[in-house]
Amino acid sequence: MEDRTQLNRNLAQMLKGGVIMDVTTPEQAKIAEAAGACAVMALERIPADIRAAGGVSRMSDPKMIKGIQEAVTIPVMAKCRIGHFAEAQILEAIEIDYIDESEVLSPADDVYHIDKRKFKVPFVCGAKDLGEALRRINEGATMIRTKGEPGTGDIIQAVRHMRMMQSEIRKLVSMSEDELYEAAKQLRVPYDLVQFVHENGKLPVVNFAAGGVATPADAALMMQLGAEGVFVGSGIFKSGDPAKRAQAIVKAVTNYNNPKILAELSEDLGEAMVGINEQEIELLMAERGK
Amino acid sequence: MLERLGVESVLIRNLNDWQQPFDGLILPGGESTAMMRVMKDEALLEPVREAIKDGLPVFGTCAGMILLDDKHLGCMDISVKRNAYGRQLGSFQKTHNIKGIGDVPMVFIRAPYIERYGNGVEVLSVLDGHVVAAKQGKMLACSFHPELTEDTSIHRYWLSFINVKH
Repeated sequence: MEDRTQLNRNLAQMLKGGVIMDVTTPEQAKIAEAAGACAVMALERIPADIRAAGGVSRMSDPKMIKGIQEAVTIPVMAKCRIGHFAEAQILEAIEIDYIDESEVLSPADDVYHIDKRKFKVPFVCGAKDLGEALRRINEGATMIRTKGEPGTGDIIQAVRHMRMMQSEIRKLVSMSEDELYEAAKQLRVPYDLVQFVHENGKLPVVNFAAGGVATPADAALMMQLGAEGVFVGSGIFKSGDPAKRAQAIVKAVTNYNNPKILAELSEDLGEAMVGINEQEIELLMAERGK
Repeated sequence: MLERLGVESVLIRNLNDWQQPFDGLILPGGESTAMMRVMKDEALLEPVREAIKDGLPVFGTCAGMILLDDKHLGCMDISVKRNAYGRQLGSFQKTHNIKGIGDVPMVFIRAPYIERYGNGVEVLSVLDGHVVAAKQGKMLACSFHPELTEDTSIHRYWLSFINVKH
């Protein structure tokens, strides 16, 4: 494998067991860093507001991203639209640490994702199931996350995606070698990736939970379902006491198997984000880009 | 990595985990700010500092090296420059020599390096003019991530600091 791909997969390894937080200002980025975030996602509007505002949502202003890069020492990520390789080139030019080719923004291409192997900068992509995850990895993504349903504060979709991926992984593991060719065909992915999952029982890259995480309990749930870390978007800065909630979610990811500690963490966090139920949403962002 | 060397390992996430018996401590890679935060919150900072000062063998890689320096745990007499090679685009891989070990693959991910060291510190590796591995008593620190490669030589070297048979 190319050195660059390996280095980029390795950065994601370093984020494992951590929380990546959406921030819109340098002040929020500092709160996130102080709370123990392992990275921040710089964006102009958090998903809840993108959802509320409607209209076309694009890459953030590079100046705003640079302001956040200057404010913190942890890795800074930013989103570009699905298939919008020019936005990705711009983000690479300002030396972003990770690009999220994200369904939260309006897709720029309804057929092709970005050819991520052409870039030196690493990419994280969303996936609802194993086939989607492996297709993104084949295109060069070096980190995967569930698609969840961003900006809703409803965990159900992230749970569905994570359970689907884990169950499909277990199926591949239990298959005999000659069944893998057919599995590769069904999943619409190259054979070598299927073989890797069969032999190792996991994706070849780090797999995070994203979308709808609003409480320490949500974070612990996703970790117990097999996530290796958590993205929190609107859940923190749409809540009553962001600093406290941010810290509580970081600690919940560290101690996800300890209900006693989780109980303490869940106390007195102030108002959680209001949230929208899955049935109430008109726009399913997870359906963007397969 | 330790498993491959036939060494049993335990994860320490909180003060409870810290109570079990162990012979050496590894401070791995990650984000040093997040790791400091967790150690503070879990009241691990003082016990870890005391144990290392009392001679517990410790091995810090990347962020772990930052934790050992004079601005964090204050265990090693070194000053470490964070993100010394810049952002992710500055990350790289190289094979280079470590004193007493030989050539090893080194993976640098948003890596730090040692910019100052005291008399008690033995420099083990210098890459392009910067100290990337050093030792002080039973404390070993490096800028790169041996845990991300197949090479076990640095871990074996560190295990020799521990006074138990493996």
